[in-house]
Amino acid sequence: MAIKFEKVSDGNYSLDIRGYVCPQPQLYTKKSLEKMNEGEIVKVVFDNPSSAETIAQMCDQAGHDILERKQEGGEIVMVIKKG
Amino acid sequence: MEISDRLDAEAIDKLSVETTNKRNLYWAFSILSFLILVSMVYTRANVYYIYLVTYIWFGVAYGMMLQYGRFCFASAARDLFANGVARMAVGIMAALVFFGLIQASLNAANMSTFEPGPFGIHMVIGGLVFGVGMVLAGGCASGVLYKVGEGNGTALLAVLVMGFSQAIFAVAGGPLMRILPQSWIKSAATKGLPPGKINSWYDVYLSGYIWNKPATQIAKTSLIAKTFPGASGYFVGDALLSVILPAILILALIYIIWIRKSFIKKVIKAKGSAGFHDELAGFWGMVTASKRTTLTGVLIGITAGLQMWVLKGMQNKFGISNFGTLLTKMGHTVDLSTTGKVFDSGFWVIATQESQFAAWVMEKLGMNMHSNVFFGVMSGVPAIWRNPELWMIVGIVLGSMVVALINREFKWKWPKGELIIFGILGGLLMGIGSRLSLGCNVGAFFDRAAGGDPSGWLFFAGMVTGAFVGVKFLNWHTERKMEKAMEAFDI
Repeated sequence: MAIKFEKVSDGNYSLDIRGYVCPQPQLYTKKSLEKMNEGEIVKVVFDNPSSAETIAQMCDQAGHDILERKQEGGEIVMVIKKG
Repeated sequence: MEISDRLDAEAIDKLSVETTNKRNLYWAFSILSFLILVSMVYTRANVYYIYLVTYIWFGVAYGMMLQYGRFCFASAARDLFANGVARMAVGIMAALVFFGLIQASLNAANMSTFEPGPFGIHMVIGGLVFGVGMVLAGGCASGVLYKVGEGNGTALLAVLVMGFSQAIFAVAGGPLMRILPQSWIKSAATKGLPPGKINSWYDVYLSGYIWNKPATQIAKTSLIAKTFPGASGYFVGDALLSVILPAILILALIYIIWIRKSFIKKVIKAKGSAGFHDELAGFWGMVTASKRTTLTGVLIGITAGLQMWVLKGMQNKFGISNFGTLLTKMGHTVDLSTTGKVFDSGFWVIATQESQFAAWVMEKLGMNMHSNVFFGVMSGVPAIWRNPELWMIVGIVLGSMVVALINREFKWKWPKGELIIFGILGGLLMGIGSRLSLGCNVGAFFDRAAGGDPSGWLFFAGMVTGAFVGVKFLNWHTERKMEKAMEAFDI
């Protein structure tokens, strides 16, 4: 089972961690943000509802902005700008 | 894309969402209807089954709250170590404080069903094994149950493995019998157990080691009982000393280690300096950062106390102390242990009834699951439809599913790749850890610590250490996978 971390364009990334359970979605999100530069954006897609709460609080504490958050069909999409 | 095409696509999307929402609501309604029907059938069959039905609906309430609050004990330690997020640790301490206060009140009114467990190093060892397992499985014993309700296949795998690993561990002998201390074997022989019951490693562990350990409740220690006689001892010894002060201390440590630095940095950036009132504001900010989780913690604590009160009330009403007596009155003696009892804690627990489910299946497959101490003498192997604690598990899963469906968070996810290995290994370690310490994160920690039993905190220490080890491993594993994913481009 592989994660998909892709460069969409300069400063824009996507991280697909569907199928993964706690704590892996939050761990992969944290590691992606650590690799990125300030101001860059990552779109994270996951389907483990419990991870959303932790990711949101992690971003709040670290000063990252959640630009968009939506949920449908058991999947959650978060667009995060590294602060 | 033409504007008309885009509008059509949006309309189709909207219609699809509405259809899914309606389907989810239909399923949620069907589940609740099924549970109501089950409750009616049982109470119609015999009024004694109201006791079992009560377990079902408390299970439903737990499942709903666990899913709504994403309430997982594994997450408390794991999110701190891995992400520096304190929301779940705060939620658990809130639940503990409220359950502790209610338990003290129930004890004072002689309405508690709680009894302290054996105190010893086995609690730390069991907690350690359990802690590693819960991080690998992706949730603690209660966490994986509510995640099954979200459609999480890895969690279902972990639940099943946890049940079967406990049952197998309870009856396993063979080479394990060669690593038993003679002192345990000699001590087990003095317990006057019925003939033919000591056959496994776990039989000797229970009767030759665990049963020799003291069970302590702080309110009943001579110091507290003399200094605070009567009901006040429960509030001072069990609630204040065993729950409230440790919870405040743990939260203060979490604030200092994980939260304070970034919070005070923000304050200094905004105001130029930070004082004691800023520290208090930072602490309070941590407690209220996830209102959803903290509120759920409070509600779970209250519900756990309420369940104990209601079940004790029913026991008093029927003149019993164990559901086994009611099963006997209904003629189901085949379900019972040699003591005439079945596992019936009288409060919220998770692990043992999962092992009873596995034991029942194994017996149907032709294995003898009665010639041992754990099932044969202590817990019994009730038919799965007459096991009240197992019905609570079903209630937790279905209660969680109802909330997940209503909130459009249900999605069936088959376990794949390494998650199959993590689910199996995590379930196995949680199962063995639970048997070693006679309970999981709920039975061995939450219930015991809230009841003034210091052995709960021993399990907690082991569980947190185990979670730290598990997080170290997962950090290494995810780092490797990230590097592989980033090979294709520079970042």
